[in-house]
Amino acid sequence: MMNTTTAIKAESRNLDFFYSNGHRALKSINMPLYENKITALIGPSGCGKSTFLRCFNRMHDLYPGNKYQGQIIMHPDNTNILEAGVDPIEVRMRISMVFQKPNPFPKTIFENVAYGLRVRDEKNKRTIADKVEEALKGAALWNEVKDRLNDLAFNLSGGQQQRLCIARALATDPEIMLFDEPTSALDPIATANIEELMSGLKEKLTILVVTHNMQQAARVSDYTAYMYLGELMEYGDTDTIFTRPTRKETEDYITGKFG
Amino acid sequence: MSSEHIYKQYDAELENVRAKVLEMGGLVEQQIRDAMQALVESNPTLAQTVVKKDHQVNALEVQIDEDCGHIIARRQPAAGDLRMILMMIKTITDLERIGDEAAKIARFAMSIHEANRAWSTKFSDVKAMSLITQTMLRMALDAFARSDETKVQEIAAMDEKVDDQYQASIRQMITFMLEDPRTISMTLEVLFVAKAIERIGDHAKNISEYVVYMVKGKDVRHTNMDEIDN
Repeated sequence: MMNTTTAIKAESRNLDFFYSNGHRALKSINMPLYENKITALIGPSGCGKSTFLRCFNRMHDLYPGNKYQGQIIMHPDNTNILEAGVDPIEVRMRISMVFQKPNPFPKTIFENVAYGLRVRDEKNKRTIADKVEEALKGAALWNEVKDRLNDLAFNLSGGQQQRLCIARALATDPEIMLFDEPTSALDPIATANIEELMSGLKEKLTILVVTHNMQQAARVSDYTAYMYLGELMEYGDTDTIFTRPTRKETEDYITGKFG
Repeated sequence: MSSEHIYKQYDAELENVRAKVLEMGGLVEQQIRDAMQALVESNPTLAQTVVKKDHQVNALEVQIDEDCGHIIARRQPAAGDLRMILMMIKTITDLERIGDEAAKIARFAMSIHEANRAWSTKFSDVKAMSLITQTMLRMALDAFARSDETKVQEIAAMDEKVDDQYQASIRQMITFMLEDPRTISMTLEVLFVAKAIERIGDHAKNISEYVVYMVKGKDVRHTNMDEIDN
């Protein structure tokens, strides 16, 4: 149910995005992310949902020629994270990301999670060890790896690797976590574990998730946004979107009809 | 709901259940017609047929419920599809109860015939009432078939009329019973039939409300009809 008292953690304002080839991938997106809620982005391939998600941690900066227009405001400090003076590394500390395929570093389990802390120049071994444990617990992985923290991360199963990536993202205490199709490479049990984890994580942070799996959006999210051809077609609380969407385009997409 | 699913089989499954609901509706309409005819014409054979056919109505209810369960499990319907499935599950409960009312009327027709006290003049009032509820049911089923949510107010207005007539006939029956206590058992039978017909009207109204939910996603049950803006 829509909770009107919920605070907005971040919002995009008239957000446009152009790839270096001039393609306008996002068209004036205005959308809130409610604090301690999960917002799901759905839509067919090429609709701009991943592009939108990646704006939130300035991933597009990695390639020259990409251009943002408009703002992404983070609350409560009202920082426009797209502003030229804002350091993308700092943005990524506050807004971390989990990818489609688990991408652990070729390091030990411990070092994977400690990585962000070391980037932050944390030197205190005790602090690092505590943070790693806390993050692994937060990612529901601690009990499975506590006796093998010095094993290579690649020795973990796919689902465990994905939770390790979540732990790595958690270690820097982000305020927002972005998930780009986090379970599309996982089996149903590992998927359920990740989804359950996401529902627990939202107590502490705000989540934006891109998913191709409509049932996943229906299961985990509080709000759902349907995007098509770079536009935000419909946004609303998930119950409404999945039972009585306003637009025919949304209806056709979620019921699996021809457009 | 005009465009088609990418999964053709899904379209076929939904259409198949929808057709069964309409078939059940048609069967139930026939049951009421026959039950009323059996009553008014004091025709025990026809009444017997109605009672026997009730199991067909019940069987369809079970089958449609099962089909809807399968679609939910296998297709995870959403939005308009989900609303149609939910609506059909509710509709067939009302249809099944209408079927029960028809069988009830048929049983009265039988017992009245056996007691050899055909009292057809008194049934003329309930017959008129029954014609209205039959029209209501046909309108509600048509509304479902055409996804037409605009009929709900008209059906609700008819339901009020039926309720008024039912109240009027109760008053009339009480007068009969007061005047001549020997008519009490007969009068009670007429009253029970009137009650059954009145209930059929309620069920038809329910179905028309489910149609609104199916088409617009709006729940208009327990809502004042004046508040429904088409």
